[in-house]
Amino acid sequence: MTDNNIRKNYLKKYSEKTFFILGDEAAGYGALYAGCNFFAGYPITPASEVAELMARELPCVNGYYVQMEDEIGSISAVIGAVWAGAKGMTATSGPGFSLMQENIGYACMTETPCVILNVQRSGPSTGQATKPAQGDMMQARWGTHGDHEIIALSPNSVQETFYLMIDAFNLSEEYRNPVIVLTDGEIGHVREKIIFPDPDKIKLKERKLAKKEEHIFGGSNIPPMSELGKGQFLHITGSTHLEDGMRDVSTQKVHDVLVRRIYSKINGNRDKIVRYESKFLEDAEILLVSYGVSSRPSLGAVLRARQDGIKIGYLRLITIWPFPDKIFREFDKSNIKKILVPEMNLGQLFREIQRFVRCDVISLSRIGGVSFSVKEIYDVIKEL
Amino acid sequence: MMKEVIHPMDKYLRTEIFPTAFCPGCGCGTILNLYTHAIDELGINPEEIISVTGIGCSSWIPSPYFKGDTLHTTHGRPIAFATGVKVMKPEKKVVVIAGDGDLAGIGGNHLLHASRRNIGLVVILVNNLNYGMTGGQVSPTTPCGIKTTTTPFGNSEYPIDIASVVAAAGANYVARWTTFHFYQLKECIKEALNKKGFVFIEVISQCPTSYGKMTGLRTGLDFLKKFEKLSININYVKDRFFTDIEDKIVVGKIVEREREEFVNNLKKINEEKIKSLQ
Repeated sequence: MTDNNIRKNYLKKYSEKTFFILGDEAAGYGALYAGCNFFAGYPITPASEVAELMARELPCVNGYYVQMEDEIGSISAVIGAVWAGAKGMTATSGPGFSLMQENIGYACMTETPCVILNVQRSGPSTGQATKPAQGDMMQARWGTHGDHEIIALSPNSVQETFYLMIDAFNLSEEYRNPVIVLTDGEIGHVREKIIFPDPDKIKLKERKLAKKEEHIFGGSNIPPMSELGKGQFLHITGSTHLEDGMRDVSTQKVHDVLVRRIYSKINGNRDKIVRYESKFLEDAEILLVSYGVSSRPSLGAVLRARQDGIKIGYLRLITIWPFPDKIFREFDKSNIKKILVPEMNLGQLFREIQRFVRCDVISLSRIGGVSFSVKEIYDVIKEL
Repeated sequence: MMKEVIHPMDKYLRTEIFPTAFCPGCGCGTILNLYTHAIDELGINPEEIISVTGIGCSSWIPSPYFKGDTLHTTHGRPIAFATGVKVMKPEKKVVVIAGDGDLAGIGGNHLLHASRRNIGLVVILVNNLNYGMTGGQVSPTTPCGIKTTTTPFGNSEYPIDIASVVAAAGANYVARWTTFHFYQLKECIKEALNKKGFVFIEVISQCPTSYGKMTGLRTGLDFLKKFEKLSININYVKDRFFTDIEDKIVVGKIVEREREEFVNNLKKINEEKIKSLQ
């Protein structure tokens, strides 16, 4: 039996059944449905449940869980495993995510598909270790050094966490790039209803493998990949390299062509990568923009405000990076005069939105590990 | 017309990118030579070897020069990358070659835990006693008192005896040789390549350019003479492990064990689990 059949046979027992599980567990199951067969991690609150689930479930699908000595080792092992043919992921939270940054850059430069789940917690530093936050939005984008592009997705429920993990693996294979999934201590630790789909009905993006002599680091915008141990004598390096992978760190043009291509393969496909959910945009004069955990009380507040006759729209970002700039540019032509941005940080999304619109953008920031209530946001909307 | 001379080991090398970046007198060339000889004498197909390296001169020994799969990773992390590779490709020989800065310094924790885990990697630590590529700064293996560019008044620290640490951490095989011990080192690499579990070879090597510039050892030969004079076989010492390049270098096989290999253990769990589910 092939590993894929073992996996599907095993997941059949969950097919179309309802469970009541944690967001962290849903993330792990999403990864299994996506074909993940390698997980390396290091315990950290509030992400440890992902590792625990993977340690339990991966052997059942002939996959491997390795607990590394730190988060740097975890992301390293994932990248190594992916080049050896695996679909790999790791899960962590703020401090661990900080430690992973260098090798996330390595994954960008070597165009290694992999998924990094960051169950965000309140920082900086150890901060409020068990509490939710959304403070890593900019770190997800700019955490590693040098010019690069990243894909980041952010779910707001247990069920969506499951589906976005599958999306994340598919996007990482499609664009040969690391994909970050940003949840938080609340979405990760909340227990909600989830219905697992039939594994046969999940569409997976399989890795495009290079033919012999085909270049794996150039030749097309998203080159095919290869695998170690196939007699192709690959040379994979985080140094600037030619299309065949050999190092060339002194030619300006080589670096320029390589880094711009890696940049453009994400940036040039924004429309295909961007996902969002919107409501009541048609008549909106005020717009509320949110994502992840903050979007839940936000929607509640918008619904209440609309009952009061306030013309307010609701936009929830699902793709955080690349940033959905196009939709914001279009608001300039609409009736929207104010944009309210509730988020659990000191205004990371707020500042990004300001770059693309001319109307007033109002930050409703919250830190300290307690998420917004519907009333708190509703009260602010009433005052606008 | 002159006949083209082909070195018998050229078939294992990416000769199209020669000359190498190694300085005159560097020990890396010697180790590359021995490594290819060991592979040749064992009759191993290079397709069966995956080399994983870090950042530093020693990492360049297989990457890019060895004609095989070469995964050139970040500073200090080759063992962690190689862990992922070995788990997915347990049938391959996964070889890490890197320096003392890489494996004993910044990546020391990965070395410790890979030894403990007893994962089937062959790790060759090329110990040239300093950070050579960056210009000769003090490293975790630089002897006390030695002047380097960052210890201009002499090193105040003591060096780590890294082979002993790895032996204590649980590796299946640990040995130490120097680049002077050409034949012994080659035989050691051959033995290592066929050994299961975590295998570690420390090779004390020379760096006339960077380590030599403030210690007066200006040629490769200066180092080799020193290695010859200071080396003592482990069979003749009571204090089995202790090594200090300024005092004595204990060479030979330090540990050999037969513990089960890590990936093998993982595979057993998977087999049992999948069988129980059928």
